[in-house]
Amino acid sequence: MLSVNENFPEYAVPGAKQVRFEPYADNGGSIVAIAGDDFAVIGADTRLSTGFSIYTREQKKLFKLSDKTVLGATGCWCDTLTLTRLLSARMQMYEHEHNKSMSTPAVAQMLSTMLYYKRFFPYYVSNVLAGLDADGKGCVYSYDPIGHCERSNYRAGGSAGAQLQPLLDNQIGLKNMQNVTESPIPKEKALALLKDVFISAAERDIYTGDCIYILIITATGIQEEKFELRKD
Amino acid sequence: MKKIVEINDYLLGTLAGGAADCVYWDRVLAKQCRLYELRNRERISVAAASKLMANMVYNYKGMGLSMGMMLAGVDKRGAQLYYVDSEGTRTPGKVFSVGSGSVYAFELGRRAIYHATHRDAYSGGIVRVYHISEKGWVNISNEDCSDLHYKYAAEKGNVGA
Repeated sequence: MLSVNENFPEYAVPGAKQVRFEPYADNGGSIVAIAGDDFAVIGADTRLSTGFSIYTREQKKLFKLSDKTVLGATGCWCDTLTLTRLLSARMQMYEHEHNKSMSTPAVAQMLSTMLYYKRFFPYYVSNVLAGLDADGKGCVYSYDPIGHCERSNYRAGGSAGAQLQPLLDNQIGLKNMQNVTESPIPKEKALALLKDVFISAAERDIYTGDCIYILIITATGIQEEKFELRKD
Repeated sequence: MKKIVEINDYLLGTLAGGAADCVYWDRVLAKQCRLYELRNRERISVAAASKLMANMVYNYKGMGLSMGMMLAGVDKRGAQLYYVDSEGTRTPGKVFSVGSGSVYAFELGRRAIYHATHRDAYSGGIVRVYHISEKGWVNISNEDCSDLHYKYAAEKGNVGA
């Protein structure tokens, strides 16, 4: 937001200094998730920052919620921590109540209602959930801060989300192309694309960089991979 | 994003405004409608469903909810359409008749949305068409407005426009 004192100091008039409580911080970070037929990959960068300063270059933003569900969360880091802690508590409660672990679509719906629960003082977090559904198919769910949830096959979220999504639309969704045939994306291609997309993000978004952690979710388990990005 | 929500087999809701608000409250409404069905052994009327919705969101008036929706469905009284929004407005709309002309109505509806996508920056993507009759709703089509553009352009004889 434009403020007289910050943006137009020559017009500032002396007066009482006002200090407002600002509950939110923007700690940046980007997430990309891609779902295939029998896998899902999700990657997030490891830079945690505010404004022009970097808190750490090695903050993991992916949360393994179960052996087939992973949540990527960026935005206000303190809200991310609160939300993910609450989420895993609710998942444990579900497990004790129903004697089974939560499916990815069930986690997805619960996350939506948990976000909406704070409709009038939202968690300032952009979430992307990736995993395998009850049939073992890859799935990706993305959210807005107040809990709108949509299932898709690929999604970019976080500070560079708006820059990355069009690239995914073109390369995975095959949008705006003629004479193309749709085919399921192989794991190797998804992985390569995910890395490429983050290299582009690190180039233009100052809140994205340093490293990415990638989690590859398959029926046999979750594999972890690390990939270096530019650090400036 | 799906801007038509399937509340039950005989009721559809359209969304506009805050996506999370609309989807969340439509889900609550779907729950209420199902409970009504179980308690009363009959389907809820469109009038009653729309009133449930209007009353729910009226409780939050002035708190920043943003939603404008149409509830369309079929009940004992026939096909009905209601407009409900987060300001508390609830008005019955025109009752659309079902008949052989409805195929033209699909095309009219589809074209109307397509032309809206052309000039309104907030509209676009997939154009979905549903048809509701006594036997419940049927999804007619889900077409990308970009595909529609080239289809309509070809009909007018403009190739590659």
